[in-house]
Amino acid sequence: MTNRGGLFTDGRYAWRMLLRDWHSGELRILALALVIAVSSVTSVGFFVERIQKGMDQQAAELLAADLVVSASAPLNSTFMEMAQQLYLLQAKTMAFRSVVMTDGEPQLVEVKAVSDAYPLRGELRVADVAFGLDKVTDRGPQPGEVWVESRLLQLLAIAVGDELSLGSSSLRVGRVLVYEPDRGGDVFAIAPRLMMHIEDVAATGLIQHGALVKYQLLLAGQGQDPSDAIKAYRQWFEQQSLTGQRLLGTRDGRPELRTALERAQRFLGLAVLISVFLAGVAIATATRRFSQRHLDTSAIMRCLGAGQDRIIRLFLLELLWLALLASSLGCLLGYVAQFGISQLLDRLLLVQLPVAGWQALLTGYVTGIILLLGFALPPLLALRRVPPLRVLRRDLDATPVGSGLVYGGIVLSMAILMYWQIGEITLVLWMISGFLATLASLALFAYAMVLLLGRVRHRASLSWRFGLANIARRRAASIVQVVALGIGIMALLLLSIVRTDLLEGWRDNLPVDAPNHFLINVQKSQVDAVQQFLHEQGVTSAQLYPMVKARLQHINDHAVSREDYTDGRAQHLVAREFNLSWVAEQQADNRIVEGQWWGDADHGKRLMSLEQGLAKTLGIRIHDRLGFTLNGEEQVFEVSSLRAVDWDSFNINFFTVVPPSVLEDQPSSWVTSVYLSPSQRHILAPLVRSFPNVTVIDVATIMARVRHVMDRVALAVEFVFIFTLLAGLVVLFSAIQANQDERRHEGAILRALGAQRGILLWGQISEFTVLGAVAGLLAGVSATALAYVLAEKVFHFSYLFNPLVIVAGLLFGVVVVGVSGVLGTRSVLSQSPLVTLRAG
Amino acid sequence: MLGLLAGLDMPSTGHVEIAGQVIDTLDEDGRALLRARMVGFVFQNFQLLQGLTALENVMLPLELAGDASAAAVASELLQRVGLASRGHHYPRQLSGGEQQRCAIARAFACRPRLLFADEPTGNLDQKTGQHIIELLFELNREQGATLIMATHDEPLSGRCDRRLHLAGGRLVMDDGLSND
Repeated sequence: MTNRGGLFTDGRYAWRMLLRDWHSGELRILALALVIAVSSVTSVGFFVERIQKGMDQQAAELLAADLVVSASAPLNSTFMEMAQQLYLLQAKTMAFRSVVMTDGEPQLVEVKAVSDAYPLRGELRVADVAFGLDKVTDRGPQPGEVWVESRLLQLLAIAVGDELSLGSSSLRVGRVLVYEPDRGGDVFAIAPRLMMHIEDVAATGLIQHGALVKYQLLLAGQGQDPSDAIKAYRQWFEQQSLTGQRLLGTRDGRPELRTALERAQRFLGLAVLISVFLAGVAIATATRRFSQRHLDTSAIMRCLGAGQDRIIRLFLLELLWLALLASSLGCLLGYVAQFGISQLLDRLLLVQLPVAGWQALLTGYVTGIILLLGFALPPLLALRRVPPLRVLRRDLDATPVGSGLVYGGIVLSMAILMYWQIGEITLVLWMISGFLATLASLALFAYAMVLLLGRVRHRASLSWRFGLANIARRRAASIVQVVALGIGIMALLLLSIVRTDLLEGWRDNLPVDAPNHFLINVQKSQVDAVQQFLHEQGVTSAQLYPMVKARLQHINDHAVSREDYTDGRAQHLVAREFNLSWVAEQQADNRIVEGQWWGDADHGKRLMSLEQGLAKTLGIRIHDRLGFTLNGEEQVFEVSSLRAVDWDSFNINFFTVVPPSVLEDQPSSWVTSVYLSPSQRHILAPLVRSFPNVTVIDVATIMARVRHVMDRVALAVEFVFIFTLLAGLVVLFSAIQANQDERRHEGAILRALGAQRGILLWGQISEFTVLGAVAGLLAGVSATALAYVLAEKVFHFSYLFNPLVIVAGLLFGVVVVGVSGVLGTRSVLSQSPLVTLRAG
Repeated sequence: MLGLLAGLDMPSTGHVEIAGQVIDTLDEDGRALLRARMVGFVFQNFQLLQGLTALENVMLPLELAGDASAAAVASELLQRVGLASRGHHYPRQLSGGEQQRCAIARAFACRPRLLFADEPTGNLDQKTGQHIIELLFELNREQGATLIMATHDEPLSGRCDRRLHLAGGRLVMDDGLSND
C-alpha cells in the first residue's frame, strides 16, 4: 500500500472493498437507507411531476389554452408564424362591449368572437333553453349564429332561434351559453355574454378605430409532452421586449386556482423534503456505524503505509460505488412504484395523468450523491485521523471531526436539496431553521437527560443499571440516538398532522356550502329588496358589499400613468377602474400583514387598506397617499394597512377597502355571494326578472375545479406519505442499530460474567423504552411547534393545538422504539459470548 | 479450550463437567448462573466495559450476583490491586497494565472457585506482565481458587502446578501434579 494509487487503481480497489464489506454485511443498512432515500425521492419526483403536469393541464383549461398572447390592438403575423414554427395549435378571440337590439330595445353585452379552433383546452357547455340543463359541445358558434347567456334571453324576452341585431348584422341565437372555460378572468363583467364567430365581426362594422377591443391569440402544444414548445414560445416572447402585448400562462389564470396550485406545490414539496431529510439522518447514522467499524481497517492501512488522503479517497470511492448502485436500484424502484400508483389514481380520478419525464432520474442520482456527501462524509472523515497505534491499542479512537464541519455539511447539503426540490427560498429558510431549531432542542434536551441519568445511575437497580445507565454511559451515542429517533418520530407525526389537520384546514377554506354564485350590480335602492327576495327563497342571507368605481390618479402627488410601469399587470391595473368598498370589520379570510385595521374612531377618515399583491405590483407602500377620482372629484386616501387575501375562499374580497362613513354619499353598486344548491338554482330566473340590472355569475364550475385540485393533492400527499413513512422507519431502524456492536460486545462480557438472559432483556427494554419515551415526547412537542409554524407562516391558516399529538408521540416512542429496539438487538441475547469476545 | 471449559462455547463431542455439573446439558442461562457463582475470567485484551469506571467494572459481577455490598467489596479489591486512586477513571484513561489489574480485580470479585486466564500478559510489556502475574498468583493463593491459564509463555507455565501441552488441537503432554 502506497500513497500513489491512480484513480483507476483506487477505483478498482474501492470496488473490491465494497464487495468485501457487502459480503461481511457491513453495508446493508447504509445501502438500505440509500435505496429508500433515492426511491422515495424519485418516485415522488416522478409522481409530483405527473401530478403537476396534470394540474397544469387543468389550469390550462381555465385559460382555454396553455399560453395566451393578449393585446389591445390586432396582433401582427409574427406571433402566429412563431407559433406555427413550433407546431402549436392556435385559436383567436376578440372581446369588446357592444349593444344588441331586438325590437328597438338596447342591451349592453360582452361580446366574444372566437375562431373555429376555440377552445384549445377545456370545453364549452351549452343548453337549448334559458336556464336549461347544460351539455358539452365540441365546437363553438358557427358563422351567422350567436350563443348568449340565459340572462340575455330573459332581458331581451327572446328565445333560442330568434334573431338579434349586432351593429349592422342580424344574427340568429343558436344556443344558450352556460360555461366557457376562460370566462373566469372577467367574472365581474357587468353585462351578459354574447359569443359569435370571429368571421362575423367585420360585417357588424363595430370595430372602428379607437374601439376598446381585447385581442387574444390562444396557443396550445400538441402531443404527449407539449411543455417544450410552450417554453420555447415563452422564451421567444420574453426576448421581444414588447409593451403592447401580455403573455398569460397557466399560472396567470384565476387567482383562486393559482393559490390552490401554489399550496399544492408546497404540500408536496414539504412531504418530499421530509423524506429527504429523514433519509439523510438514516444515512448519517448508518455511516457513523460504518466508520466505527472501519477504524481497524484504517489503522492497518495506515500501518501499511497509506496516507490519510489515500485512505479517505478509498473509502469515498467505495461509498460512491455504493451510491451509484443504490441510486440505480432506487431509481428503478421509484419508477415502478409511481407507475403502479399512478395507474391506480388514473382510474380513481378518471383522468389520464401525463407520462412522467426523466428529470426525476437525474434528481434521484443527484440526491443520492448529495445525501451521501453531505451526511456521510463528515463521519467518514474521522477515519483519516485513526492513529496507526490502534493496531496495538484497540481503545484508541479517531479524534472526532469538528462539529462545525459535520453540521455545516449537513445544512449545506440539505439547503441544496431543498432548493432543488422546491425552488422557493422562503420555504427553504423556514424548513432549515425549523429543522435546525428542532435538532438543537432535541440535542440539548437529550444532553440534559443523559446528565440526569448519569447522576441517578449509581442508585439504579441491577436491570435498570444495565438499561438506564447504558444511556448515561454511552453519552454521545445516546444523544445521537435520541436525536435520530426524535426526528424519525417527529417526521411521522408531522406528516400525520399535515395529512389531516393541514389538509383539512385548507379544505375548510372551501366548504361544500361555500358561495357558488355572485350577484353583482345591485343598486343601492335594491339592497333591502334583494335581501328580502333571497330570504323568502330560503337562501341563507349573505352580506352585501358596496362598490364605488374610482380611478387611481396620484401616488404621493405623483401622477400615475401606464408608462410608469413595465409590468403588464401593473399597466392593466392603472388603466382600469378600481372598486372601492367600505367595511367596519376585517373579513375573516383577510390577514393584516402590515399596518393596522381601523377602529371605530377611524370611521370617516380617509384611510385605505390594500391587498398586498396589488400594493407590490404598483409599488405602493404603507402610509403612501393615493389620489382617486370618484365621479369627477379627486379624494386622497392614506394607506393604513396591507392585507393578504385568501382568494381561494371564493368570498367577496376587494383590493381596496376604506372605513365606513367616507364613501356613503357616492353612487355605489352592491355585490354579494350566495350558496345555491342545485335545487335552488330555479330562483335565478325570477331574480333576474325582478331585478333586471342584477348580474348573476355562476362560479360553481370553477369551484369544482379547485376542489378537484385539492382532492388530487390530498391523494398525492397520502402517496408521498407512504415513502416518508418508510424513510422514517429506516431512521428508527438505523438509530436502533447504531451502537449494536458495542451493545453486543457488552452483552457478551456480561454473559461471560454470569448475567442471565432476563437481566440483559430487561436492561434492553428499560433502555429502549426510556430512549423512546424521551425521543417521542420531544418529537411530539417539536412536531406540534413545527406544524403551528407551517400552518401560520407557510400555508396561512390557523392551526388548532392538539395535545393528543404529544401523547401520541410519547406512546409511539415507548411502544415502537421499545419493541423494535429489543427485537432489533435480540442477537445480543442469543449470540454465543465467546464469538463476540473473540471478535472484540 | 478455555471457552469450552468455562461454558462460553459448546463441545461438538464429549462433555465438560464443573464441580460435578455437566455444563453442556445446561442452557445458556444455566451456564451463565454457573459462571456467576463459580467462574472468574481474565482476558488477553482485558474486556473491560468502556462506558463503566474501573470501580463499576469491578462491581459488575457482584451486582449480577446480587451482592448488596458490591461497592465496598469492589473498592477493597481495587485497593488490593493498587488502583485505589483510579477507581473513577474510565478504561481508556488507564494504561494496559492498569486495565489488566482492574480486570483481575473484577475476576476475583465474586471469589470464584475457578479462574480462567487467557494469555493474561499477551498484551503487556515484560515488566508489567511480570507484575500482573505476581498479582494473579498472589490473589489466587489468598482466595484459594483454581487458576486455569492458557499461555505460550514457557517460564510462566512452569510456575503452575500442572501443565497440559496442546499441539494441533491434541493433548500431547500432561506434567501431572508436579509439586504434590
